[in-house]
Amino acid sequence: MSMFELPSYLEQSDKVKTRFDKLKARETILEVKGLGKTFDSAQGTLTALKDISFKTHRREFVCVIGPSGCGKSTLIRMLAGLETPTSGEVLLDGKPVFEPGPDRGMVFQGYTLFPWLTVKRNVMFGLEMSGHSKSTAEGEAMDWIGLVGLDKFADAYPSELSGGMKQRVAIARALANKPRILLMDEPFGALDAQTRGKMQANLLEIWRNIDITVLFITHDLDEAIYLADRILVLKAHPGKVNELIEVSVPRPRNFEQAISPEFLATKKRLENLIHTPAADEPGLSMVRMVRVGDDVEDGNGSAMTSEVD
Amino acid sequence: MAGSTQWFAVRKALPRDRAMLLTVSSFLVPLLLWCLISYVPFIWHPKIEITDPGGVSWFKSGMLVDRQVFAEQLVESEQTGVLLPEGDRANPVYLPAPHEVGSAFYTAFTAEPKRKSEKWLHESLGHSITIIFWGFVLSSLVGVPIGILCGTYAAVSKLNEPFVEFFRYLPAPAFGALAVAILGIHDGPKIAIIFIGTFFQQVLIVANTTRKLDMALVEASLTLGAKKMQLLFRVVIPGILPDLFRDLRILLGWAWTYLIVAELIGTSSGITWFITQQARYKNFDNVFAAIIMIGIIGLFSDFILSQLGKRLFSWDKAQAKS
Repeated sequence: MSMFELPSYLEQSDKVKTRFDKLKARETILEVKGLGKTFDSAQGTLTALKDISFKTHRREFVCVIGPSGCGKSTLIRMLAGLETPTSGEVLLDGKPVFEPGPDRGMVFQGYTLFPWLTVKRNVMFGLEMSGHSKSTAEGEAMDWIGLVGLDKFADAYPSELSGGMKQRVAIARALANKPRILLMDEPFGALDAQTRGKMQANLLEIWRNIDITVLFITHDLDEAIYLADRILVLKAHPGKVNELIEVSVPRPRNFEQAISPEFLATKKRLENLIHTPAADEPGLSMVRMVRVGDDVEDGNGSAMTSEVD
Repeated sequence: MAGSTQWFAVRKALPRDRAMLLTVSSFLVPLLLWCLISYVPFIWHPKIEITDPGGVSWFKSGMLVDRQVFAEQLVESEQTGVLLPEGDRANPVYLPAPHEVGSAFYTAFTAEPKRKSEKWLHESLGHSITIIFWGFVLSSLVGVPIGILCGTYAAVSKLNEPFVEFFRYLPAPAFGALAVAILGIHDGPKIAIIFIGTFFQQVLIVANTTRKLDMALVEASLTLGAKKMQLLFRVVIPGILPDLFRDLRILLGWAWTYLIVAELIGTSSGITWFITQQARYKNFDNVFAAIIMIGIIGLFSDFILSQLGKRLFSWDKAQAKS
């Protein structure tokens, strides 16, 4: 029984509907077809992911969420080419992906800036790898550094930067290669709530201004709804597509929308999909709980907890 | 007590003054013990230095005899009624007092060699440093690249490391005779011993250091388009440089420990020749001075290298602490 009346998460305003129609009419950038991954371990074969299929369109922002252990990271690593799928295939612009490459930029959760290079040299790295001259690479790198607002830190080393700044450099570094798609594996997971909010807003700003498709993994429902056009919800054991949700919150997004009916409806749907407790999960044991002599809860001085001994 | 730091807090830095106090003490305490044993007669001094032989025919001035022997001779002299011998308590000749070793630091350099063919101390030291230098540089020129390749490519590792692992258990001095047979009696075999003693450890240590490079950095570079040789030269090598530098500092210390054995092979030379020669003349003050000099050279060169490391790898936080 819900205390509040929420619209259905499927309900879309005309504006949102038009946007989705346009989005779906755009070319497909990344297509995942029947992707599966199994790991061989001492306990036998473990199916991490099974039969994952979806498409992302040009300039679309797709978030992937799912309970821990659903294979989110394995999925993005296969898209990046860092792991080989056991079945199915990944197509980028219709061509199959076999190995990592600069056409798929990646931002990792851990800070993976090269600590021996300055911010500028980090951003230049990909350009230098593809044979650009140093001066061209430097000029382009400075543009990207400007875009993430770190001009003043161009000559700083990563160890001198805060976590949020490091991830901004990582985004600039990935974008400098002009990838077809930006893969982000819980990039803001290690940041504090305030920095994370700023980073989300920054990311949306960048995404709006350049031609980039984003696939973003997170376990934070609010983050997914705030950022995404569509949310791919996975379920665990084995990792499979549970549902692909179109976010009905209109753009441009802002944090006030977090209490809007569309946002809450989507969030409720996600919660239902993700937080259904598994049957084999043990509940909290109350056996060792001690009586708390506190009369706040019921006002008449008796103990709060009754399940004692 | 509030505000005071404990002396034994697990993995916490000490306040500056305490750290300084302990650093100084780590040298001062052994020196103090040495002073106590040298200058306070009743602590040890197991010998008597004869000042006047008296009626004992085989005593001579300046001779060192056991206290017990002296006591027996004293009793015997009293009984036979000859002049009583006299003497002071003294330490054995092999334990010179700190001030004697201290002055030897200077006099050892100014003392002219006993024979024309023999070398001055600074020449001996110079020769030792040359041996270490070439042994270590040659080993590093081969060992570091092989180690990096082993740590980077499983194929190279599987081909090399099992044999290297076996070989490093063979004691380097065991190859002395072989080295002389192949390389002659001069510097060749000495450099070879330093090389053998350093090389095999070096390959394994460098390989391990290379393997410790965060795989995420390699993966990040792959997604940025780095390929084959770019991975090795633009990611792996720059990424391990600070740790590699630290490894080489430690290995250089090990190379010094092979020096004495190496210099005994073929014609004895360098600081080892100086030490054995001075011991033969019973100039133990010079022996101690020479041994301490090796320590000082080691400590000093390591200090220079650690400062250099801080300069070169200012981006590396760990380097700043070492």
